[in-house]
Amino acid sequence: MFDLQGYGPLLLQGTIVTIKLAIVSLLFGLTFGLLGATAKLSNIWLLRKIADVYTTIVRGIPELLMVFFIYFGGSVIIAAIAEQFGYFGRIDISHFWSGVAALSIMFGAYATEVFRMAIEEIPQGQWESAQSLGMRPFQTFWRIILPQMWVVALPGLGNLFLVLLKDTALVSIIGLKDLMYYSTRAVTSTQQPFTFYLAAALIYLCLTIVITISMGWCEWRANPAARYAKRLTSSKRGQS
Amino acid sequence: MSWNWQAIITYFPELLKSSVTTIELVFLSCVFGLIFGVILGLLRLAKNPLIKALPFAYIFFFRGTPLLVQIFLIYYGLGQFDFMQNSALWDPVFSQPYWCAIIAFTLNTSAYIAEIVRGAIGSIPKGELEAADTIGMSHRQKLRRIVLPRAFGIMLPAYSNEVIFMLKGSALAATITVVDLTYTAKGIMAKTYLPLEIYFAAGVIYLIISWVILFGFRLFERSINKHKRYTPPTLVIPK
Repeated sequence: MFDLQGYGPLLLQGTIVTIKLAIVSLLFGLTFGLLGATAKLSNIWLLRKIADVYTTIVRGIPELLMVFFIYFGGSVIIAAIAEQFGYFGRIDISHFWSGVAALSIMFGAYATEVFRMAIEEIPQGQWESAQSLGMRPFQTFWRIILPQMWVVALPGLGNLFLVLLKDTALVSIIGLKDLMYYSTRAVTSTQQPFTFYLAAALIYLCLTIVITISMGWCEWRANPAARYAKRLTSSKRGQS
Repeated sequence: MSWNWQAIITYFPELLKSSVTTIELVFLSCVFGLIFGVILGLLRLAKNPLIKALPFAYIFFFRGTPLLVQIFLIYYGLGQFDFMQNSALWDPVFSQPYWCAIIAFTLNTSAYIAEIVRGAIGSIPKGELEAADTIGMSHRQKLRRIVLPRAFGIMLPAYSNEVIFMLKGSALAATITVVDLTYTAKGIMAKTYLPLEIYFAAGVIYLIISWVILFGFRLFERSINKHKRYTPPTLVIPK
C-alpha cells in the first residue's frame, strides 16, 4: 500500500529523521525553557533582562530566518573561532545539529513563558513549607515545584511540541534529509507534486495524532490527583 | 571575523523595500483569513453533525500539517492536474507564487482563526445570550448584534497573536520565490557572504514590524474594549 512508485520506504526513512530531530530538539528546548523560566523568576536583574531579550527576539523573528541564521551564521562563527586556533580550512556544520539548535532555541523561548506561568501558578506556601522542612532552594524546585508544575505546563508544552514538529519541515530547506527533503526529491523525479506532498502532509498528520494522544497520556500520568479522583468515583459507582 | 556595519547600511534600503511585500502578504492573508475563519468557526458550532464534520476535517488538516507542505501543495501540487492548468485562473493566479502564497496563508490562518472564534463564542456569558432571547431577537439578529461583536472583543488578543504567527510564517513565501524580506536577505547573503550581518538586519526589520502590529492591536483593543474600563459614576445623594 505504502509504495508510492518505490518512494514509500524513502519517505519513511525521512520520517524517522524528522522524528529524531523533533525529539532531540524537544529535549534541548525543554532545558532552554527551564533555564529561561528560572532566569525570568530569579532575583538577579541581569538574568531577568537576558531572558526577556531572548524571548522577545525569538518570538518576533520568523522560524525560517532563524534556521538560516544558525546554519549560515553558525558556520561563520565557528570558522572565526577556528581561525583563532590557526585553522583556515573549510568548515561545514552538520545540518542535523544546526536544525536542532534553531528548533530548540525557538521551542525554548515559548517554553520559557509556559514554565514561568506554571511556576507562578504554584502557591507560595509550597515554597515556604519546603523551606521550613529545611530543603535548599534547588531541592525545593526539584522535588516539590517541578512535579506539580508539569500538571499546569503540559497542555501548553503539548501545543508547543506540535508547533515544533511542524517547524522541522523548515530544516529540509538547508538540506537535512528529512521527510520534506525526500518528498521534494520524489517530486523532481516523478513530476507528481500533489501526490507526494499530500503523502508527506498525511504522514505529518499521523505524527500529530500520535503526539496528541501521547500528550493526553502524559497529562494523565502527571496528575495523580485526577487519577485518584477517577478511581474513587469508579469504585463508588461499583459499590452502589 | 569582524562585524561589517557598512554592509548593513548599504543593503538596508533594499531590505526595507522588500519588506513591503512581506507586509502585503500578511495583510491580505489576514483579512481574507479573518472572513473565512469566522465563517468556518460559525459552521463548526452548527448543530447538524454533517455540517460540523467538514470544518472539523479542514481545521484538523491545516493545523496538523506544516505550512511549508501546504505552500508546496498549492504552488507545485496544483500543476499536476490538467484541469487546473487549463482553467482560466491558471495564468493570473495559480501559476503566480505571490497569489499561491496568499492562498496558502489564508487557508492556514483561517483554520487557526476558526478555533479562536469558536473559543470566543463559547466564552460569551450565557446570560447575555439568554437576555437576547428574552427580548425576542431572531437567531440572525442575535448573531449580528450580540454574538459577533462580543466574540470579536474577546478574541482580539488571540487574534493579534495569530497575526504575529502569520508574519513569521510569511517568511516561507521565500521558498516559492516570492521576493519578500527573507528572499531578499538570502539573495544579498549569497552575494556578499555576510550571513550574520544581513540576517541580523532582516531580523531587526521583522521585529519592528511585529512590534508595530502589536502596538496597533493594543490601541485597537483599548478602544474596542472600552466598556471594561468604564466605571459607573458614583451617585452622590444631596443632603
